[in-house]
Amino acid sequence: MQKKNLKSLILGLLFISPWLIGFIVFTVYPIVASFYYSFTDFSITTKPKFIGFGNFSRMFSDELFWKSLINTLVYVIGLVPLGLFIALGIALLLNKKYLRGIPFFRAAIYLPSIVPAFAFSAVVTLFFHPYLGFVNTILSWFGINGPLWLSSEVWAKPTIIIAAQWGVGGAMLIFSAALKDIPKELYEAALIDGATKSTMFRKITLPLITPTIFYYLVTSTIGNMQIFDLPMLLTGGGPANASLSLGIYIYKHAFTYTNMGYASALAWVLFGFILVLTLLYFAFSKKWVFYLGNE
Amino acid sequence: MQSNAQLIVKLVVYFLLCIIAFIYLLPFLWMFGTSLKADTELLDFPPKFFPSKPHFDNYAKAINRFPFWKYFLNTVIITAGNLVGVIVSAPLVAYGFSKVNWKGRDAMFFIMLSTVMIPGAVTMVPTFMIFKNLGWLDTFLPLIVPAFLGGGAMNVFLIKQFFSTIPNDMIEAARIDGANDWTIFRKIMLPLSKPVLALISLFTFIGSWNNYMGPLIYITSEEKYPLALGMPMFMNRYGTYWNQAMAAATLTFLPTLIFFLFAQKYLIEGIKLSGMKS
Repeated sequence: MQKKNLKSLILGLLFISPWLIGFIVFTVYPIVASFYYSFTDFSITTKPKFIGFGNFSRMFSDELFWKSLINTLVYVIGLVPLGLFIALGIALLLNKKYLRGIPFFRAAIYLPSIVPAFAFSAVVTLFFHPYLGFVNTILSWFGINGPLWLSSEVWAKPTIIIAAQWGVGGAMLIFSAALKDIPKELYEAALIDGATKSTMFRKITLPLITPTIFYYLVTSTIGNMQIFDLPMLLTGGGPANASLSLGIYIYKHAFTYTNMGYASALAWVLFGFILVLTLLYFAFSKKWVFYLGNE
Repeated sequence: MQSNAQLIVKLVVYFLLCIIAFIYLLPFLWMFGTSLKADTELLDFPPKFFPSKPHFDNYAKAINRFPFWKYFLNTVIITAGNLVGVIVSAPLVAYGFSKVNWKGRDAMFFIMLSTVMIPGAVTMVPTFMIFKNLGWLDTFLPLIVPAFLGGGAMNVFLIKQFFSTIPNDMIEAARIDGANDWTIFRKIMLPLSKPVLALISLFTFIGSWNNYMGPLIYITSEEKYPLALGMPMFMNRYGTYWNQAMAAATLTFLPTLIFFLFAQKYLIEGIKLSGMKS
């Protein structure tokens, strides 16, 4: 018996060995190493030199760190709820039984979300171009002098947040699937009881998709805390660092200024923020996330 | 009266959906329209959506300005490497996590899933140092080799879910017939898993094709650029030639469009599935 256990342990480890090797080499070791680096002064060419909390105390007086942190929080506060309303809103529209042409609408809305950011950003740059762009052209018809969008310190972040809404397709599909999963009998029973549409939405639809909303909030927050591609491609963090995200700032310290130690410290601070936000979501989830069958 | 109200609601829903679909396609129509404009038409005010006469030579000019086909080929190589890596390694790992019973398996699986939470920035610097010490900087290897090591937690998760739908009786029967786990894996599990393998191939294709940060960190020579670096470089250098820039963007967009037209049914079903399972 003992021998059989050992044999299956070895067999199991053999099967998962590709992942296990990757996990040790590309996850465990890097985590330990980057934790150590975060307490060192380290550029690519020199050996890491231990400086205690030097990198962390440096952050307190690093204006760009604070700016990039606040920018990142603005991205998250803008992107997460806006994406939720748009993705859920479209999913609700597409959930009508009588609707024809659902595959077309779904495909049209989903397609932009898989277009690579490096191609999409070129399109966005022209679309929001201050003089040649589509948006300002339309605005000018109404006598509005459109802003400089990506070239404006005020508008750079909002433009990126708006542009990112072309990528809600994945979330929309997940909400669609959740809506489809709601048992029809619930609505039928509610109809017999004389419930109105808005009551049904508040008492049936919304509670039953709260697990999906919760999943969206967690994954979207974790993802957007690390926002990199769109701001990097659209503005490189500018103008005047107005769109600089923490992700870009870490990348720049690591590979442009080769402050590997400081970059690692920044990365750990980002990780800390992500952990805290995730824990907050889970702590509050009991108050509003509803699981069918649990009551 | 009731039916009249319902009709209005229907019309409003259709109207809204048409507007939304139009908005989602609009930037791409604008891109395509601009890519066909003559230089003189670029500054027309008000700008037109499509030019009176399409100038396809913008595409030839764009391709002359940057080695589009080379960048395209580099992207294909990286993506193909990732596909092979994921398809070879993810099912193995999933099998070890689902059909072999060993002590600590579920705890290990939980650890694997929780690695998804770790931001890439945390592991970025040491991972870079590893590849630097291996002498792999400015090669495709850092972008491909990790795919062979498990193929990503989400992919393993999806295959494991699929494996769990294959009855254990079938595996036990094969064991009684004298088949070992390797044979069972190859002869029973893999052939049955084609749908889920197709699905993770789609995800891998998109992830690898769209990867921007990886090449940005590891690739420095221009002749090794994938489209992810080639396209931004084009924008930096020739971005003011809007018609040619949009021709380049259209070319970069085209593979995704073709991929989407072929794969959209599986992709859309698959995303729903993976979202639900999570």
